[in-house]
Amino acid sequence: MTVVMGIETSCDETGVGFVEDGVLLGDALASSMDEHARFGGVVPEIAARAHLQAMVPTVRAALDKAGLGLDDVGAVAVTAGPGLATALHVGVAAAKSYALALGVPLYGVHHLAGHAAADTLEHGSLPDRSVALIVSGGHTSLLFVRDLVRTPIVHLSDTFDDAAGEAFDKVARLIGLPYPGGPSIDRAAREGNAGAVAFPRPLTAPGDPELGFSFSGLKTAVARYVEKHPDTDVNDVAASFQEAVADVLTTKALRACRREEVDTLVVVGGVAANSRIRALAQERCDTAGVELRIPPMRLCTDNGAMIAAIGDLLVRDGAKPSGLEFSAVPTIELQQAQLC
Amino acid sequence: MLVLAIDTSSPAVTAALVTTDGEVVAARSRLAPRGHGELLAPSIADCLAGAAGEVGAVVAGIGPGPYTGLRVGLVTAAAFAHARGIPAYGVCSLDAIDSRAEGASVVVTDARRREVYWARYQDGARVDGPHVAHPHEVPLDGVSAIAGAGIDLYPDAWPAELTRLPSRHPDPARLAALAWDRARAGAESEPLAPLYLRRPDAVVPGAPKPVSQR
Ligand SMILES: [Zn+2]
Repeated sequence: MTVVMGIETSCDETGVGFVEDGVLLGDALASSMDEHARFGGVVPEIAARAHLQAMVPTVRAALDKAGLGLDDVGAVAVTAGPGLATALHVGVAAAKSYALALGVPLYGVHHLAGHAAADTLEHGSLPDRSVALIVSGGHTSLLFVRDLVRTPIVHLSDTFDDAAGEAFDKVARLIGLPYPGGPSIDRAAREGNAGAVAFPRPLTAPGDPELGFSFSGLKTAVARYVEKHPDTDVNDVAASFQEAVADVLTTKALRACRREEVDTLVVVGGVAANSRIRALAQERCDTAGVELRIPPMRLCTDNGAMIAAIGDLLVRDGAKPSGLEFSAVPTIELQQAQLC
Repeated sequence: MLVLAIDTSSPAVTAALVTTDGEVVAARSRLAPRGHGELLAPSIADCLAGAAGEVGAVVAGIGPGPYTGLRVGLVTAAAFAHARGIPAYGVCSLDAIDSRAEGASVVVTDARRREVYWARYQDGARVDGPHVAHPHEVPLDGVSAIAGAGIDLYPDAWPAELTRLPSRHPDPARLAALAWDRARAGAESEPLAPLYLRRPDAVVPGAPKPVSQR
């Protein structure tokens, strides 16, 4: 059996994790989130500088947590893309160097495949066929997944504009809640009435793309509403906006399950940490007789364990290592778990 | 003992193995302004493949230089040192460009955005810098020689009477030499902090724009 070290630096989290044979041995995370807060979003250069500083200390921390030494590492996996170019370069270079210095194979993997693999650390192997909803600050996608590392992944839909997490950040700013918007809207919404404002459900009219997402119109609707009602209760707006997002995401995810005739829905990515999305997905899956799998909160957001998890699947499948020449790929659709 | 010397502060992606006697036993340097991420690790692997002897320390040029490439070199050096359990030392990349001359000299390299990184040397020692400035703002009083890639990038900025020295990019033998004392003494590993010399570009957003016309 092989201990796989996973390295993730696609956005503002420096993540390192160790997985062996489907079991998470330990992981560590450093975040530059606080440094981005006053800019209302991730600043690529700030993120990259933070990754460089945090890289080796995060590897050390993860080793400590896992009770491992570098001698125990048998393979390295790294997010090769998609993500912020400046940030990806740091992780890819670090991973190449560890692999080279330790004399172990290296695997360049797709970030979103890592998100899907995160769930296997909690709930075991995925079934033969499933639908994955990936929702984060950078992605809103529905995928048809068979074997995560053997079979090409089918993209069912994406967002046409903003990602769901991006919409949370923008709406939080509009209504004066702190960055990042996901957790702050989730918190405010608990004190609000989700039925207070009937915000639109984008792309749900007859004739609209059946599985497509769009969140920029919803954000504009919130902006218009708060402009017209300056004295409105922020908690009500937060709850109503969150309800609209949760409604659209879960409606389309279950529609995808029906269309692909699968009975398992996997919801992953940072936005899958949202309590209302989790609750509504559970409710609707129960009604539809679909099994819902969502990793625990800490494995939903970006982390190194998920990259180690997909690396572990590749190693066990006997995948060919990526070599040392490949480059980071800032933009690429998920079709193969292994990118390079 | 061998020292692994790495510099990615310029378009020359450089890796070399140097003995503590100053002999370069293997070196790879390839010009690729945006190829640091692809080229560096294979270059190190090539150097290691042919070399006999243990690598006992890593020396890295900490810039100044364009950030993305610079970070590739520094994180590579830091990870390699960590993985092998050997120390890593940082050296100012401009010091590794040969600017030895009679009297004062300057080293100028590409800082992009129509600017150069520069430093001033006297008898082989850095006496000012590194700084970032427009080529015409580099103080040249008393300077007799100039080195570095900035010579060719801004040929009109440098007076004709300055001696153009041949060295353009950091030289691995010089990089290693600058850290010999530390390597020989087995000095503690250093955090490889890059010389960015500029703050990140980032703008604090103003109030949200109104969306409806009234
Ligand atoms: Zn992600």
